[in-house]
Amino acid sequence: MHPVLKLVSQRLALGFLLLFGASALIFGLTEALPGDAAQAVLGQSATPEALANLREEMGLNRPALTRYFEWLGGIVQGDLGQSLTNKLDIADSIAGRLGNTLFLAFWAAIVSVPLAIFLGLLAVRYRNRWPDKMISAVTLTTISIPEFLIGYLLIYFVAVKLGMFSPLAMINDSMSIGQKLNAIALPVIVLTMVVLAHMMRMTRAAILNVMQSAYVETAELKGLSNFKVIYRHAFPNAIAPIVNVVMINLAYLVVGVVVVEVVFVYPGMGQYLVDHVTKRDVPVVLACGVIFAAIYIGLNMIADLVAILANPRLRHPK
Amino acid sequence: MSDTLLKVRDLKIGATVYPPGEKPHDIEIVHGVSFDLERGKVLGLIGESGAGKSTIGLASMAYGRGGVEITGGEVWVNGRDILKTSQGDIRKLRGGEVTYVSQSAAASFNPAKKIMDQVVEAAVEQKKFSRKEAEARARALFAKLGLPDPDNIGNRYPHQVSGGQLQRCMTALALCPEPDLVVFDEPTTALDVTTQIDVLMAIKEAIRDTGVAALYITHDLAVVAQVSDEIMVLRMGDTVEYGSTDQIINNPQEEYTQALVSVRSIEHEEKAPTSEPVLSVDGITARYKGLDFDVLHNVNVELYPGQTLAVVGESGSGKSTLARVITGLLPPRDGEITFAGRKLSPDLAGRSREDLRELQMIYQMADVAMNPRQTVGTIIGRPLEFYFNMRGAEKRKRIIELLDEIELGEKFIDRYPAELSGGQKQRVCIARSLAAKPRMIICDEVTSALDPLVADGILKLLLDLQKIEDVAYLFITHDLATVRAISDSIAVMYQGRVARYGPKSQVLSPPFDDYTDLLLSSVPEMHLGWLEEVVANRKMESAGN
Repeated sequence: MHPVLKLVSQRLALGFLLLFGASALIFGLTEALPGDAAQAVLGQSATPEALANLREEMGLNRPALTRYFEWLGGIVQGDLGQSLTNKLDIADSIAGRLGNTLFLAFWAAIVSVPLAIFLGLLAVRYRNRWPDKMISAVTLTTISIPEFLIGYLLIYFVAVKLGMFSPLAMINDSMSIGQKLNAIALPVIVLTMVVLAHMMRMTRAAILNVMQSAYVETAELKGLSNFKVIYRHAFPNAIAPIVNVVMINLAYLVVGVVVVEVVFVYPGMGQYLVDHVTKRDVPVVLACGVIFAAIYIGLNMIADLVAILANPRLRHPK
Repeated sequence: MSDTLLKVRDLKIGATVYPPGEKPHDIEIVHGVSFDLERGKVLGLIGESGAGKSTIGLASMAYGRGGVEITGGEVWVNGRDILKTSQGDIRKLRGGEVTYVSQSAAASFNPAKKIMDQVVEAAVEQKKFSRKEAEARARALFAKLGLPDPDNIGNRYPHQVSGGQLQRCMTALALCPEPDLVVFDEPTTALDVTTQIDVLMAIKEAIRDTGVAALYITHDLAVVAQVSDEIMVLRMGDTVEYGSTDQIINNPQEEYTQALVSVRSIEHEEKAPTSEPVLSVDGITARYKGLDFDVLHNVNVELYPGQTLAVVGESGSGKSTLARVITGLLPPRDGEITFAGRKLSPDLAGRSREDLRELQMIYQMADVAMNPRQTVGTIIGRPLEFYFNMRGAEKRKRIIELLDEIELGEKFIDRYPAELSGGQKQRVCIARSLAAKPRMIICDEVTSALDPLVADGILKLLLDLQKIEDVAYLFITHDLATVRAISDSIAVMYQGRVARYGPKSQVLSPPFDDYTDLLLSSVPEMHLGWLEEVVANRKMESAGN
């Protein structure tokens, strides 16, 4: 078997194993919490008989392992269960929410990833001179300010004072793409500011590391311009670490947007999760947990695969 | 119009240094060097490390490596001073008029790009040739340089060809844009001698056929004598001697040049095998974990007390693997090792402290074999504590004795490795191994990273210490001159087997087996025309067969 194929299939198998482990962990942790779904449904009015009846009805008396595999079997078939609070099918409610979250993450990534890499290249080109220092200072400042604060500042100054963009990021299906983009402009800016520094710094460090190598000297001695040396000779060899940090940040854009969604009242997964945590809606929390884990593991697996494929020694064995 | 291509006048080059514990400051590393190079001629720049030869070579492309800066003088290429010209003009010069071949082609090729893309890049970028023309030129150069499958080798990635082939590809890269001048910076130093001879011949013929001028930088006078018309001897940034190749080799005027020409002056009388061997290696066969072939095949050698066994071979011949087996780092698949009359456990964990003490090791890279945060005293004192439980004044006295033995002295006791020169570092490593009072020391390429004169000092020291301490050396090296200088017996290794083994006088006298013959005849000799003679002899032999 071609070594790349072998490595890729190993990595995929490992990904599924990890996902399985994550699902067990999530299920185990919600099991370990005090109280169960029956108690959550009945709330203050719970009497011992009512609890016992409801548990019997919901099948909560059966062993945890049986329930885990039932739940897991459902997930594999796309059945995420039913919400306790509104009795709606979770898969249906999540579909639209997840779509919104991915929509926001997608546009944030479209803006932030190329910008971060471009700024990283620029910082290398002018390393230790004022453009490099300014890029570092600004991106480190934006990552250091809590995102809710940036969010409120933007709402106040940009939306309220300047009247640009909508302060609330409410979107629905009847909006055109232009209207949607206008609505999510502010959260996209906030998310970009949060993830920019990390990716920019890693791009800069990875390329500077490669810039020390003899083949970059060879390129310089061919009379190539500085920018050509960087993007033709240094960048292709710095892809693996850059993709890694990009993927971690993409995962953050999907999984970590809870705060931003709440600030901008954006109808995404984060809001949905926060709502149901406060209502102790265990099946919804479980479903969101598994989806987040899947996205996180999936993106990191893509990073690993890109790193494998970017290595010419693996792609073209002797 | 004069025929002078490169004119260097009073070139001064400086750098910023960051010595440990001191403030960074500027130093001058080349102090006013001048020379001329005519079109189509080859000038050899020779000197030890730190002589400034690479720095001067790169200055002819207006390039300073790392923090190096050209601080004064003039460098005229094709009638203009390139130190005063514009950035755009310098870009046209680099890769267009002047090109560069580095010591390590393996590091100088971008691992992520195909060889062809890299070979034609400068020619296309400088608009000297179209991509198509450049590729045709590259293929012609691959053929001229004797590369296998010249039409397709360009489609490979650098890791898919051997080191010697890559070095030739690098030469093709440099010649492809049809430059006026090529700077060859130690282009054969990283190669095995048998490979070096082919690459050297390929380079020499390419220079002759294309009529390009060259700066040929090396520390090996015997090599530069084969390719250059003139030689400039450099030392610590100053010109020592500058003249025709014939004059420098046959009639050196300066004392330093004479020392370089006559290096390897060590005479060592071969000792006959005495009593019982201190080490006997019986039928060792070994392989690395995860490999499905043996790296050593049935190796048998013996080493006598107070003597030196040189294990010589090219890279990949298995000589360092043999050292790993003897030290217990790699348990063999078959065979056994007897040391000082007792059988050694095949793996390190099964060996007693006494075994460890009596069998010491010295490495090629002295600077990575020492903890940079420990002083010389701590480094040498550690085996004294570990094996002899020495403490306080007793330990200090012994450390000073050892420092005296390695000709450094007490004043070095509180120094850190970073404050020592390469030769001094290797001396400290020798003292550390001697501190254990071993019966035998494995010396793994201990002089390979050192300049010839410094290496000579280390070899002399090792021989002197052998007389005093009666210690045996297993001396691993690829350098046949070193072997001649110090060994009592020799094992020639080739592809994991001992190709030839016996007392020095016998191994180095005819009749030879094919491999030993090839190896011995490939060592550059310091007389003009040696390269052509060897190549002609080989052609005759292969024609005769």
